[in-house]
Amino acid sequence: MLSQRTIESFVGLFLLAAIIALLVLAFKVSGLTSFFKPESYAVVANFDDIGQLKVRSPVKMGGVLIGEVSSIVLDPTTFKAVVKMNINDKFNDIPDDSSASILTAGLLGDNYVALTPMYSQTFLKNGSEIQEAHSAMILEKLIGQLIYKVGNPGKSSDSNATSATPPTGNINKEKTENGASK
Amino acid sequence: MDNLVEVRNLHFQHSNSHIVFDGVDLDIPRGKVTTIMGPSGTGKTTILRLIGGQLQPTQGNILVANQNVHCLSRNKLYELRKKMGMLFQTGGLFTHLTVFENVAFPLREHTKLTEGMIRSLVLLKLEMVGLRGARDLMPSELSGGMARRVALARAIALDPQLIMYDEPFSGQDPISMGVLVKLIRTLNDALGLTSIIVSHDVPETLGIADYAYVIANGKVIGHGTPEEVQQDSSKQLRQFLDGLPDGPVPFHYPATALTTDLTEETIS
Amino acid sequence: MISDIAVLGRWGIETLRELGKAGLLLLRVIFRLPDLRKGFPLVLQQIYAEGVLSLLIIVVSGLFIGMVVALQGYHTLVKFGAAQQLGPLVALSVTRELGPVVTALLFAGRAGSAVTAEIGLMKATDQLSSMEMMAVDPIRRVISPRLWGGFISMPLLAMVFNAVAIYGAYLVGVKWLGLDAGAFWSNMQSSVDFHLDVVNGLIKSLVFGLVVIWISVFQGYYAAPTSAGIAGATTRTVVYSSLAVLGLDFVLTAMMIGGW
Repeated sequence: MLSQRTIESFVGLFLLAAIIALLVLAFKVSGLTSFFKPESYAVVANFDDIGQLKVRSPVKMGGVLIGEVSSIVLDPTTFKAVVKMNINDKFNDIPDDSSASILTAGLLGDNYVALTPMYSQTFLKNGSEIQEAHSAMILEKLIGQLIYKVGNPGKSSDSNATSATPPTGNINKEKTENGASK
Repeated sequence: MDNLVEVRNLHFQHSNSHIVFDGVDLDIPRGKVTTIMGPSGTGKTTILRLIGGQLQPTQGNILVANQNVHCLSRNKLYELRKKMGMLFQTGGLFTHLTVFENVAFPLREHTKLTEGMIRSLVLLKLEMVGLRGARDLMPSELSGGMARRVALARAIALDPQLIMYDEPFSGQDPISMGVLVKLIRTLNDALGLTSIIVSHDVPETLGIADYAYVIANGKVIGHGTPEEVQQDSSKQLRQFLDGLPDGPVPFHYPATALTTDLTEETIS
Repeated sequence: MISDIAVLGRWGIETLRELGKAGLLLLRVIFRLPDLRKGFPLVLQQIYAEGVLSLLIIVVSGLFIGMVVALQGYHTLVKFGAAQQLGPLVALSVTRELGPVVTALLFAGRAGSAVTAEIGLMKATDQLSSMEMMAVDPIRRVISPRLWGGFISMPLLAMVFNAVAIYGAYLVGVKWLGLDAGAFWSNMQSSVDFHLDVVNGLIKSLVFGLVVIWISVFQGYYAAPTSAGIAGATTRTVVYSSLAVLGLDFVLTAMMIGGW
């Protein structure tokens, strides 16, 4: 029979281990940051289509994590997705004409927001809006376009002159257009 | 006569519908040693549990110190139990506590005494049963007789008015039996207790009892002072007291005739 | 035929009675709280007996389960070129399912059976009866601390299990199979949500802990006071607890995914 003091110490150790485990689960595993938010500023970008982007998805620049998505709402008038991002204060010299695009990490990975810097001398600050926002690539849409473009000219290359443009070049062009304008 | 415990018209039936008591009346006089005897399986332990309020009778009342045990609220019953001690057949010592802590257990639970006072009280109680030197042993290191004496010290720790012994002598060697017999008598007289002994060890029990009841088949078949009981001539009583193998209590458990049993077996 | 129905009916009524007895026992434990001064050390002792003493088996199992999941997951993911997703795979399966369920099963085997056997033996050796005769309520003194001890220990054990299992996966994935440590953790962090995954897993383990320890004390308290009775009760504790945990896991998962 152990003395009550020993038992208390062991139980204390046990509790400590459990608390450490919980902290590991909170910060290391689930990346919980809401308790100790690093100093950050918020910027906004309006996307036509955000794909699978979620709250807390990473924001990267040149592949380096610089912040995270803090909220996603639909603008009721323009029907665009308003994505608010918190960017770490360390990166306070991002040109304000930078563009934001939603990319996918690998074939099956999650979506993230990638910022591409431009050359403006003024920087993004709290509340800035990123003007140039490129939507997510939606695989189904791309495939749909591909099939449409590949299928159409083969079937009626001369009868349907309006859309009959050289197939291979068109796909590339359409893709870039899609990325740039949407 | 002043009775501490009065049992009136007690009926008790087990949940498997086996009838244990069928109208039993008992009077336990205050300050005396009363014994309840009977063959095994007559519910002697059951009657102690009924007095202690651990079981509910199907009919009849039990009064302890003029309180009906089975009509009390839980708190009142627990108050009443502080005035009772019970010594179980196996002792019922807490196997994870030392002898000292076992005896200290009721004191720690029910009193707010300081550690020093608890220590002196426990040592005094252990001294009474002659086991002060064994206070640091664990119950597993005690012999059966010693375990019962520790349990006895624990049962008297709160200075109860009533103490109930369940088969205190069964399975004891002659020496520890002698020790227990002497202890029960001297404790009863020295502390002014009322004792109930449930037993089937006829000579030892009758030797120290002031009054005796004999129960068989759910009824009291005889009662009186030990001398009166010894001289009673009823067949049932004689068979039990003298240990005759056959009589009103048959040697055979009820069964069909042996020949039919055997032939049935071969047919099927 | 009629007798078969009678047997079935009797079995049904007996089961209902058992359930009722178990419910009453739980109510009595909850409403007869041990008073703080005496009860707290007792609960601590039980956290020691049920929690601290189960820690070793929990840590070792957690480590191995994390390692195995990582190894299996890697070999499947690598076929799709998605080995970077190993972190999320392990973290999600551990925090949401394996952590609570495996901890509860181990807890039933390690602590639950011990509690049943201990209470059953205390009953068989008249310790509970003699306590009652000393005007000490065994529910308050014996059953209640064990129930609370188990209820508190179980989520703590599950937390330790989760952390150790994920560390085991890290060992296999990063140290052995050579995944990038940064990708391992950052992919994990971006897919695991603290509330949806970690906290829901811990809610599961709270429920499992209560059910396992409840079954354990019930089986012990109502065990037949013989060696065969206690052996049967111990077996039933493990069997019923495991079934209850797996069944409840399905129900809870459905509720949580359904956004209840």
